[in-house]
Amino acid sequence: MAGILGTKLGMTSIFDEKGKQIPCTVIEAGPCTVLQVRTREKDGYSAVQMGFGTRSGKHVVRAQKTVYDKLEIPYPRYVREFKGFEEDRFKPGDKVRVEDLFAAGEKITVSGVSKGKGFQGVMRRHGFGGVGGTTHGQSDRLRAPGSIGASSYPSRVFPGTRMAGRLGGSRVTTKNLLVLKVIPESNIIVVKGAVPGVRKGLVEIHKQGPTVR
Amino acid sequence: MNKIDLLERSQMRSDVPEFYPGDTVSVHVRVVEGDKERIQEFRGIVIAIRGSGLKKTFTVRKISYGVGVERIFPVHSPSVAKIVKVRSGNVRRAKLYYLRHLAAKQVRAKTT
Repeated sequence: MAGILGTKLGMTSIFDEKGKQIPCTVIEAGPCTVLQVRTREKDGYSAVQMGFGTRSGKHVVRAQKTVYDKLEIPYPRYVREFKGFEEDRFKPGDKVRVEDLFAAGEKITVSGVSKGKGFQGVMRRHGFGGVGGTTHGQSDRLRAPGSIGASSYPSRVFPGTRMAGRLGGSRVTTKNLLVLKVIPESNIIVVKGAVPGVRKGLVEIHKQGPTVR
Repeated sequence: MNKIDLLERSQMRSDVPEFYPGDTVSVHVRVVEGDKERIQEFRGIVIAIRGSGLKKTFTVRKISYGVGVERIFPVHSPSVAKIVKVRSGNVRRAKLYYLRHLAAKQVRAKTT
């Protein structure tokens, strides 16, 4: 859906009008520059491509450079496409700001790359319960996965059986986060609760509901 | 972190008196009953201060009808109407959890 790019700044808490302390994540969102508008006639789908952040020109491909130079904008660090905009809402070179899209009290969806947790066991990675007690001479089995298959039939392990392995570092989407505050002067959006990813990590903030006019 | 600091600072209050563990304080708490609001006083000894900035909290301990009562207040919470320092104490520790095991007389001896 329609959205904007931002970097997660970190978490803190703020007080609501009842005096309750609410945990929140502070995200610096935008301003993003519209690079290209995908249209149904030309590209077969409708979307807005936008860039966020800045980057030196050292590793920018020349073909991309011509696009940025034509718009006379600094080279963006991140480029993403967002669907769900009206096709004539933005044109290349326009700036997308947080306050254009979001307001306090709104529910949003946020995607990011979760923190890498390394090689983790089955309890942490898949929420397994571990193998029962420590009594009857049993040892070293507390966090084990248990049986991963039967012997004579099928006498193999089914593909996709949940086991230990790398956890985190994958794209995670959190839905229905409440917007507590939007501060246009500093491009900040304050969201209730946690948002995937590390501090300074890229997050996509999506609107919920129908197309944005 | 700068922008988070700014956000936090905008929520912080400036009318907090300086107080330390061992001090006796009176905390004026806003209590909402139905649609009425009144102020309730909670007076006791500060036995711990933790956190910093907007998230700073302090623990107040008092003896109410012979029962020890502890409440943790966020310093910058809007539901804390006022904090008044009543008496300064003289203690040598930052966390006074050992007061929980002492009789009232011993508490007085330790904090003055």
